[in-house]
Amino acid sequence: MTKKDFGLLILILAVGVVVTILNPRFLLPINLSNTSNLVGMFGLSAIGQAFVIITGGIELSVGSMIGLVGLLFVDFVATRGVPWPLAVVLMLALAVVVGLVHGLLITKLKLQPFIVTLCGLLFYRGIARFYTQDATAGFGFGQDFPALDWLTTGKIHGVPITFVALLVVAFVMWFVLHRSIFGRHLYAVGKNEEAARFSGIRTDRVIIWAYVICQVLTAIAAIYFAMYTRSISPSSQGNFYELYAIAAAVLGGCSLFGGEGSLIGVVLGVVLLQELQNLVNLLGIPSSLNYAVMGGVILIGVILDQQLGRFQARRRAAELARRGAEAV
Amino acid sequence: MKSPEPHPGGAEAPAPFLTLTDVRKAYSGVQALSGLSMQVSRGEVIGLVGENGAGKSTLMKILGGVIAPDGGEIGIDGAVRHALSVADSMGAGIAFVHQELNLFDNLDVAGNVFIGREPLNWGWMRFVDRSVQRAKVAPLLERLGANFKPDTPVASLSLAQQQMVEIAKALSVEARLVILDEPTSSLPLAETEKLLNVIAGLKAEGIAVIFISHRLHEIERAADRVVALRDGKLAGTLARAEISHDRMVKLMIGRDLKARTGGPKGAPGKVRLSARAVQTTTYPLRPISLDLREGEILGLAGLVGAGRTELARALFGIDPILGGKLEIDGTPVALSSAADAVAHGIFLVPEDRKGAGILLGLPIVENISLPNLKAHARHFLVSQRMEAATAEIQRTNLAIKTPTLTTLASSLSGGNQQKVVLAKWLAMAPRVIIMDEPTRGIDVGTKAEIYRLMRELADAGVAVLMISSDMEEVIGVSDRIAVMHEGAISGILEREHFSEENVLLLAVGKTPNLAGTA
Repeated sequence: MTKKDFGLLILILAVGVVVTILNPRFLLPINLSNTSNLVGMFGLSAIGQAFVIITGGIELSVGSMIGLVGLLFVDFVATRGVPWPLAVVLMLALAVVVGLVHGLLITKLKLQPFIVTLCGLLFYRGIARFYTQDATAGFGFGQDFPALDWLTTGKIHGVPITFVALLVVAFVMWFVLHRSIFGRHLYAVGKNEEAARFSGIRTDRVIIWAYVICQVLTAIAAIYFAMYTRSISPSSQGNFYELYAIAAAVLGGCSLFGGEGSLIGVVLGVVLLQELQNLVNLLGIPSSLNYAVMGGVILIGVILDQQLGRFQARRRAAELARRGAEAV
Repeated sequence: MKSPEPHPGGAEAPAPFLTLTDVRKAYSGVQALSGLSMQVSRGEVIGLVGENGAGKSTLMKILGGVIAPDGGEIGIDGAVRHALSVADSMGAGIAFVHQELNLFDNLDVAGNVFIGREPLNWGWMRFVDRSVQRAKVAPLLERLGANFKPDTPVASLSLAQQQMVEIAKALSVEARLVILDEPTSSLPLAETEKLLNVIAGLKAEGIAVIFISHRLHEIERAADRVVALRDGKLAGTLARAEISHDRMVKLMIGRDLKARTGGPKGAPGKVRLSARAVQTTTYPLRPISLDLREGEILGLAGLVGAGRTELARALFGIDPILGGKLEIDGTPVALSSAADAVAHGIFLVPEDRKGAGILLGLPIVENISLPNLKAHARHFLVSQRMEAATAEIQRTNLAIKTPTLTTLASSLSGGNQQKVVLAKWLAMAPRVIIMDEPTRGIDVGTKAEIYRLMRELADAGVAVLMISSDMEEVIGVSDRIAVMHEGAISGILEREHFSEENVLLLAVGKTPNLAGTA
């Protein structure tokens, strides 16, 4: 755990204490369970986003993909009678294809990630709306998929499955990001793609993988979101979710220039964001202010972090200068 | 050492325009200029020579007002100051023409000459008055004998023509001293000729010129007087009659050229890397054939833009090879990426150390293991213990000076950064090492270490290709020298034919002088 992650954890706990004092319902099991469910779902897509951001890219199509994948999944399972395990496999396959296409456009055609994924954002939303002619997809009365329901909206000892899934994914991805060869390559590409290439790293491959991982994690999140909302409106499901994911990654220490960020930080970033959402609800702040609170807190967080970094750099420089002066 | 002469050696001694007295400048303890005195008279062409790090650029920055000297006096037209500001320098009529041109491609010639001080018309919008601009630039171009017009777009001009635009810019501010910093290093010979004529023209108008160049024969032709710097001091001056190539070299390096590494241990072995009619993307019409033998250091010389770096990039798989064959130890190989080259044991130490050689934001240890993480991993998980062990071995081998190996590469000196780049390749089994300007911007001590290392590598059977623009380095370190000219290999010199002159002749596409040896 880095110092930055630790600071974020302290902030989360401090906000938690304040909210609890103002409204003790914060600690009710039902509230914690709901919040952790949201943390689980948003966390999955944020981890995916972090992989892309570490390469120095960005994935803006996440929200639209959450809409499209959720819609297709529910449609396949509820309307078309596709067995749900097959539907899951199909959704993951779709995610791999989309990730591959994005990665290839960005590396082989040298398009900017922002442009490619912005077009994706528009494109997938449009496809989703066209697919049902803007009609909402949902499960009919009496339609029951006990295994799927348990796997998506169930709880283990009161802990939502989605949160457990996040913990498992985070555990695996921590090793991928911080201990594996691929993780090393990912950071190297993000810090300096040219130098990484000159070190014999197949940088294109690394970047493409990042987009595939992002889309796959997003697809898993999309299925969870779909089973959580149960009725999918193609024009609104997942709207803005890419921005939550990006915000969480940035709060968690990722730099949009790439090469920075830790997995624990990203997860903590998601926790903080959801805690703030919860705070707005619990403290009776008008929910219309929701975004404003979030935007304000992220901005303050980033400013503090940056100023702290500058302060430390200055102190280091002063220290070096002092040592230099002594050496003379 | 020869004592500096305070006055120009010529019989005619016009009043000095610029007088420097005991000018000193140190950067964090390193003395870049230590007590330099010199004079420049009106209408005098000074050839300023010196090796890299001799203090030329520091002197230029002081004259341009970019940095202030620590001590000494600067006299312009008799008015003595301790430092110049940028405005002082411009006001005094000192104009620079830099090696890297600072022109705006998207503007025409007149727009560039008047950039930042455009004449405006009197309409309420105060538009740039292009016709006035052009009318003012036309006579300047005429004076320079330029064959292009004020409204020619700069993008369509050749390098020499662009240089003329820079000079026109200098003339337009009524320059009295024009400083040309390596103006010919990227010019083909014919264009160089034009530039030398322009210098003669400036001189005839009474404008002083300081002409900095590594191409000594041009200085021989153009300069009235040569001022040689060495280690931040005046190494000596040569009057017009005394100027000769050998004398300049002697002043610059303080001795005659001599080899700086021992020769190879044994005769070079069999061909390690063979390029047959290889076509690079930059010069597809000039196929290159080159044999690199194990155990040798092959120097690759040539002027800037001759295609040396492009060849290196192609051999390292960064740029595609458009045609021809590449063989390693007799086996044909196809390189579609640097990863392929690395897999074949071909390693590159790139010219752009900070951009492509090293990851400044990563710790030293991660830089060293980066190309070879598989060897430092079990089940895809990197073992930090194994990485540290490898890095420690390299630190000892290369004497990398750092407090710890987890220090970020960005906090190392240039020389130590270069050692880290080398370390990452030496930790693997190199068969071919290509070094592109391996000692650029590196202090003398570390340079010597790098030369020694290259020789050790060659003696261990590695084939070393060293690209260098530093003549002393090329001649001192190489076992053979291949010279490139406009994308092609113009000749290969064996040791007995090594001379600065021969390398330069090949570099400009002429026949070397091999007489008296065979």
